[in-house]
Amino acid sequence: MPTLTFVLPDGTRRTVEGKAGLSVMEVAMAEDLPGIVAECGGNAMCATCHVYADAADRLPPVSDVEDEMLGSTAAPRTPASRLSCQVEIADDWDEMTFDVPETQL
Amino acid sequence: MTVVVIGAGHGGVQVAASLRAEGHLGPVVLLDGQDHLPYHRPQLSKEFLGPGAGEPQLLRSASFFADQDIDLRLGTAVAALHPARRRVELRNGGTVDYTHVVLALGSSLRRLQVPGHELDGIAQLGSLTDAAALRARLGAARDVVVVGGGFLGLEIAAACAEVGRAVTVVEPQARLLARAVTPPVSDAVRRAHEAAGTVLRVGTGVQRFLGRDGRVRRVVLSDGSELPADLVVIAVGVVANSGIAEAAGLAVDDGVLVDPWLRTSVPDVFAVGDCVARPDRELGAPRRIECVQNAIDQARHVASSIAHGLGEPYGRVPWFWTHQFALRVQTVGLGFPDDDCVLVGDPDGDGFSVCRFRRGRLVAVESVNRTRDHMAARRLLSGGVLPSPAEVGSAGFDLKDHELATRGAA
Repeated sequence: MPTLTFVLPDGTRRTVEGKAGLSVMEVAMAEDLPGIVAECGGNAMCATCHVYADAADRLPPVSDVEDEMLGSTAAPRTPASRLSCQVEIADDWDEMTFDVPETQL
Repeated sequence: MTVVVIGAGHGGVQVAASLRAEGHLGPVVLLDGQDHLPYHRPQLSKEFLGPGAGEPQLLRSASFFADQDIDLRLGTAVAALHPARRRVELRNGGTVDYTHVVLALGSSLRRLQVPGHELDGIAQLGSLTDAAALRARLGAARDVVVVGGGFLGLEIAAACAEVGRAVTVVEPQARLLARAVTPPVSDAVRRAHEAAGTVLRVGTGVQRFLGRDGRVRRVVLSDGSELPADLVVIAVGVVANSGIAEAAGLAVDDGVLVDPWLRTSVPDVFAVGDCVARPDRELGAPRRIECVQNAIDQARHVASSIAHGLGEPYGRVPWFWTHQFALRVQTVGLGFPDDDCVLVGDPDGDGFSVCRFRRGRLVAVESVNRTRDHMAARRLLSGGVLPSPAEVGSAGFDLKDHELATRGAA
């Protein structure tokens, strides 16, 4: 079972079990993780589920649509930026860490 | 300092959540007549109708409301609002007294009262219960007729076509989405549906439904032609749920009238979302906006006003999206029926946008498979340097390039 750790802006770490096939956003929302808004419900329309992936190179590539949406996130975009609704959890992840930005709006 | 929120849709839930986020410490009571935990509505007319879709996505987890000390009362419909007594009367006989009340009443589907409308097999989609029933019916259906070529009807039509049903869309207006978008976008949507085999009957309405043994069998159109049907979905627009407000003496005109701070005509009564009508001087009539983003942003604004007092008037630019087949349609801003339109990109190519101008000023942008344009337009219409019609019409113009080049210069 993949394990997801979210690091909140104040440094708090929240570790939860992920489930392959779900998106990182869906797991975060089910946990009421503060700092993930996901206003559009996971359609890459709102850019309010922005996270920084510690191991971005291990994730599936960014699509053109996600790339454009990442251009409009409230917190600065970095090479680690992803929309968590577009990142599907995979069985072989083992452990994965995501930093939650200061703001989504 | 008790805040009562009536309606637990996107707007109502956001009011409650934002009140806590803004530091409101008093009681928050969130009332809704439905029995289900608050859920995301946009996917009900899309993925939820398809095979393999499971439970609806919740707006917040089941534990959120208790954790945030939000008194969510499901299955609790409101009977009346008594502003003079600052009291909400419940259908179950109870009452709740308030300091502030927020009306997040939403909207209801318009009905189509033609002969035969009560036949079995004629459905609407306005709630999770409706969507689950429609999904179940879709499994056994063969010929689906969708009445209404607006966003809701077309999303349902696309979902039905994607599971292999023979679909016909009937739209009385001369083109699809006539009220919402410009002709080039209508046309792109039309082509996507036709490519999927859907028959589009525009410019004709429904005269009556014919059935056998109480079940719908045929749809008779106003031109006299008939369509076979074993499932009919009516999607002919919505009306604001303003009944409670009207009965309470609030000013209402196709929605609950509000001022620029989303205050109704009665003190300490706010309104957000689909049920709201805001006077629009340019349009010369109140305007109602039916979309999730509008409900959520208005909710945040009202929560802030209640928690901290009035600040700036509400002024977010509305944006909206739909996806049907491979089309991703995104709009931002508010257009008018007679806007001047300038096209960016090629409607026959990968994607394009339509820039809508009002007396030379950019007021709205519609994009089809051009998220790049849409996001740039959102920033531009929220206080950027607006391009002129001539600029947009010039060779090689790109909204994002323009936005980047002018950023910070407004």
